Formats: sequence, C-alpha cells, structure tokens
Amino acid sequence: MTVNGEAVEALVEPRTLLIHFLREQLNLTGPHIGCDTSHCGACTVDLDGKSVKSCTIFAVQASGADVRTVEGMAAADGTLHALQEGFREMHGLQCGFCTPGMIMRAYRLLQEISSPTEDEIRQGIAGNLCRCTGYQNIVKAIQYAAAKISGVPFQEAAE
Amino acid sequence: MPGGNRSISAACWLTDAKEEPVIPGPFAYHRPASLREAVALLAELGEEARPLAGGHSLVPMMKLRLATPAHLVDLVGVKELKGIRAEGNDIVIGAMTTQHELIGSDLLATKIPILRETSLVIADPQVRYVGTLGGNVANGDPGNDMPAVMLCLGASYQVSGRGGERRIPAREFYQGAYFTALEPGEIITAVRIPVPPSGHGSAYEKLKRKVGDYATAAAAVVLTVSSGNIATCSIGLTNVAETPLWAEEAARIVVGSALDAASVKRAVSAAEAITAPATDNRGPAHYRTKMAGVMVARALARAKDRARG
Repeated sequence: MTVNGEAVEALVEPRTLLIHFLREQLNLTGPHIGCDTSHCGACTVDLDGKSVKSCTIFAVQASGADVRTVEGMAAADGTLHALQEGFREMHGLQCGFCTPGMIMRAYRLLQEISSPTEDEIRQGIAGNLCRCTGYQNIVKAIQYAAAKISGVPFQEAAE
Repeated sequence: MPGGNRSISAACWLTDAKEEPVIPGPFAYHRPASLREAVALLAELGEEARPLAGGHSLVPMMKLRLATPAHLVDLVGVKELKGIRAEGNDIVIGAMTTQHELIGSDLLATKIPILRETSLVIADPQVRYVGTLGGNVANGDPGNDMPAVMLCLGASYQVSGRGGERRIPAREFYQGAYFTALEPGEIITAVRIPVPPSGHGSAYEKLKRKVGDYATAAAAVVLTVSSGNIATCSIGLTNVAETPLWAEEAARIVVGSALDAASVKRAVSAAEAITAPATDNRGPAHYRTKMAGVMVARALARAKDRARG
C-alpha cells in the first residue's frame, strides 16, 4: 500500500487491524485508538478517497490502497495544512485526542463539499466524538480551512 | 451470538464491567477476483468461512470473539457485486454497493428516494463509506435498517451458492435474530427492487438515542395517493422484534382512507400489536412498542405529504 505518498510493503497476520499496523509497524501514532468499537472516530484515516475507521478494517483489506494519516497533511517544509492551521487558530482542540481523526475526516469532507454549511459540517463529522470542545470551535476550524482553501476571507458567524 | 434482540452495538457499549478482547481471533484471508471463485471458495471452506463485505458488523463481532471464523472471504475484488442499474421495472443493486454510493445515486434519488433517506440514518459517514447494502440485509441483525425497507418495498435478494442461483423474497428471508433463509455457503449477490409508481410517497422514520445508534424503533412507509385517499400502502418496522416486520394489517387499514385520525390510530394499534421488542438499554419493551407506533404515524403522514395524486 501507499502511506502518505510512500510505498510500503509488509507482511502482516490477517487479523492485524489497520490501526495497529499504522501505529506499531509504521510508527504513525497520529491515528489514535479511542473506543476500539468503531464509534469514536479517533482512528479515522483516508483510504482510497474514503474516510474510514482504521480500528474496524484489517490491514490486509487495505492491501494496494492509498492511505493518508494526519502525518501526511503538512507540507514537506513543515507548513501546516489549512485544516491544521484552522484547528490551531480557532482553538479547535483542547486535549487533542480526537484531533487527528477530526482533521482526516474534515479533509475528505472538504474534498466532497468545498464550502460546506455549518449543518453539513456537523453531519459530516457525526462519526467523530470530542469530549472537550463541544464541537463549536471544531466547526469554526473547518470553516476556516474551507475559506482558506477556496481563497476567500474567513468570517466568523455572529454568536 | 447476542441473544434475542440485543444487537452487537448494545454488546459493544455494555463492556465497561469487564475487559473484553479487542483483537480478533486468527483466520486465513482470501480475496477472490470473481463471483464464481468466491462461491467455490465458500463452498469448499464450508461453515468455517464467512464472507466479508464492509465488515462493520462482522469485525466488531470478531473483536468480541462473538464470531471466530477460520476463513474470511473478502468480496471487495468481485466486480459483479458492484453497481446500480435499471432492469425493466426493477432496480438491481449489487450487494457490495456501499451506503455512501446509495446516497450519491441520482437514479435512486429519483426512483426510490427512501433508500437515500434510510442510508443517511445508518451509522455515521465513515461507516457508510464501507458498509454495504448486501451486508446490511444479509446479516440478519434486527437492528439493521435496510431489511424493513426491503420488506416495505417488496424487494427480493439474488443469491448464489454451490447449488446455483436463486431469488428469495425479502418478506420470506428473515427467520430470527441472525437467522435467515441463506444456506451455508450462499451469498447475496444483488438486491432487486420493483420501482414504486411515479408520484408515490415514502418515508423512513427512525428514533435513535444518538448518531450511529441502532433504532429504538423505526418505520418505513411507501404509499400512493389517489384523489386525496391512500390507494396503496406498505409498512415495514425495524428493531422491534427478532426480525424486521412487514405490517400488512396496519397498511391495509389506511388504504382507502384520507389518513384521518381514526384510521391512523387503528393502523398504529395494528402495527404495535405485531411488535415484540426486547427490553434493553434503548428502553423497556412497552416503550419501544409505543415508539414503533409513533414512527408509523409520522412516516405515514410524511409519505402522504410527499406523494402526488
């Protein structure tokens, strides 16, 4: 498979979950193990143009696939992706545990809907749980990124 | 297997009392490239093998060791199982079509909009990218949403196995929680749905505690209206018995009526009468029965609003 643009070849036991392969064999610890029951979304990665919960997919199912994790978001020179910048600027995280999953989900959402409404964002991240922020600033962070990617000024909605 | 009507989702949430294993047991992985190869493999490997579609019911069950198949036959490489196409008066949907693809289909949005509406209340976006229609209807979990919709629509399942191909009406498919008319080694290859008349109205009403949850109770309605009265009606119920239910009597009651309060009340009673929900963490049985009635009333009203004629 390809992970963050690099070809990766490995032998795994069939029962190895993708999340364990990424974290333990590739040392990509951005994707987190939250609930292990496909509810929380902290393990979300991008796989062949889909957001998937890597705790509920076997690594062998991803054989030949193109996978992106949060480690593959910033540019090679360290410049943050618009979503990462949005989460920083809009205070879209507190403890940060859900953030890699949120960013990877939002990444795919913005590929599908370039300027989503607030409702579309909330529906779009419905599979990602955050126990700190109350989601308000996560929504703002995604709106910030959408505006930046589209090249329009970001305007915070009046409270 | 979880007993009675307790779904796997409930099992996952009830694990706080003791540590459960979260690593599935060992198995051999197979990825056939054609339907013929997949069917041959499943026949050869017998009851030790399970087909793998999206895996979002099976993998959680494997993590809890409620399922410990020795072989998984991944159907992802079987191209014959993909796609949505019109065939005469039917729409045929390949079993490996994902809920995400159902949501994005213009053909379905025009012809059978209840499929999009139902898909949107299944689990969450990540699960819908991989969760398949075939898996949802084949699994036999009474919490799955599509089976009741298929009963409502009068769909049938195309099935392949060592004995060849056959077609099973959805209304004859479900025998008990996780028990279906599928023989060992058989897989559903496609779902065939007769297109409801143009101008029909439909609705899927689902009560759930939170995003991603199975229904406390849900109802699917497809109806047609003629001069303000209900001309035809079909009703399916989700997660209020060991199987999805086709509420034939309730539907018969509203046919010919203008969906007046008295008719709706009698239909709701008829629907409630056939439910047999389990008391679980979604609520006591009598509450879930009443909620099934509420869902029927709401779905009837909304379907009628959407109908033309």
